[in-house]
Amino acid sequence: MKAAAFAYARATSVVNALELLAAHGDKAKVLSGGQSLMPAMNLRLISPDILVDIGGLAELRGIAVRAGVLIVGALTRHVDLLRSPEIALYAPLLRDAVAHVAHPAIRNRGTIGGSLAHADPASELPACVVALDAMIVVRGPSGERRIAATEFFKGIYETALSPDELLVAIEVPVAGQGSTFFFQEYARRHGDYAVVGLAARAVVAAGRFTDLRLGFFAIGDRPMLAAAAGRLINASVTSALLAEAATALADELDPQEDQQATAAMRRHLATVLLRRCVAALLARPDLEAGVAR
Amino acid sequence: MSAPVSVSLLVNGEPIDAFVLPRLNLADFLRENLRLTGTHVGCEHGVCGACTVRLDGEIVRSCLMLAVQAQGASVETIEGLSDSGEIADLQAAFRERNALQCGYCTPGMLMTAQDLLKQMPVPDRQAIREHLSGNYCRCTGYQAIVDAVEATAKTRAGRPA
Repeated sequence: MKAAAFAYARATSVVNALELLAAHGDKAKVLSGGQSLMPAMNLRLISPDILVDIGGLAELRGIAVRAGVLIVGALTRHVDLLRSPEIALYAPLLRDAVAHVAHPAIRNRGTIGGSLAHADPASELPACVVALDAMIVVRGPSGERRIAATEFFKGIYETALSPDELLVAIEVPVAGQGSTFFFQEYARRHGDYAVVGLAARAVVAAGRFTDLRLGFFAIGDRPMLAAAAGRLINASVTSALLAEAATALADELDPQEDQQATAAMRRHLATVLLRRCVAALLARPDLEAGVAR
Repeated sequence: MSAPVSVSLLVNGEPIDAFVLPRLNLADFLRENLRLTGTHVGCEHGVCGACTVRLDGEIVRSCLMLAVQAQGASVETIEGLSDSGEIADLQAAFRERNALQCGYCTPGMLMTAQDLLKQMPVPDRQAIREHLSGNYCRCTGYQAIVDAVEATAKTRAGRPA
């Protein structure tokens, strides 16, 4: 189908974009790469009165490192994340995740800011920023504020952004000594939305986790930071402890049932990903043994 | 409110100035306004790949872009790639291997395959399948398409530059 009629404004600066958003409120939608917005409009799932196109705003592009923080501009495209030496060095989780996002022609247009603001619970980047303990930088009429990624996602397509605010950047703490990452997802086909996925960041010292953040996605209405990870931190990880953590994870999850999977299947797949993740991050293949069960 | 907006762009190297409604997507602009009907419209939500074109040298879905978003950009369609001879060998390989039947997906397939061959001169079959994974073909079962792309890559690699 075709999108319903709407008005169009090409923002000339962030300030201009904010003025347009203030004038039109929730009747406006921000157009970035459009790779989620355009399908939704073509399918007539949404029909905004006006699109505010921020695609030309150079001030929202680029990747920089300042004082131990990786700053990723909202208009940074998936393909830019895939090719950036800074991302590969300081936040390789983003690069690993992007390889699972759709297909090359989509990755050439889609942006990180768009993906986060869209907040599809099955998409990869929201779970990554949760796992990376990133801050989401937004600008509104009264200035700039930072929202922890863990507080940013509120539900299916819902975020902490107000209609008059614009997501301008993502700040990620750079990977330090001993940092390791894991990304895997189950999808019917590479590039499809995940059935269940896991984006993780860990710090490993002397064979133990001193930190472990597990961001599961496609298991609820928003990406979830699993509390079960706490059982594995500063502990000697045995098969028995991992089994305990897997049970705790299955208990804390409340996955939805849909055409792709039942809730029970999602719970099971999440525990499989947990075992694989822990085995990979600690370089202990023996811990994955329980998976075949 | 939804008044026509002016847009200036290059299409296959030719400057175009137009007034279009914001809701007009780039695929329909190319097909209906410019009569460049080689760009096909399949699913209209970014899944099938039939509408793939090049925007400033990179492949994109023209159904997921508004014509007005192409302001200042250079768009290349299958007509442009075909007329310049850039993909003549790839087209010949498709023909020789029956890598098309109804032909609906073919412009998008050629666009995407050429994009891969520019980035990776000698891709293996897995890389070819991976790059073409966003382009649906409901006739061939893909085998012949992968064969044609692989054969073209090998021929180009063996040809002195």
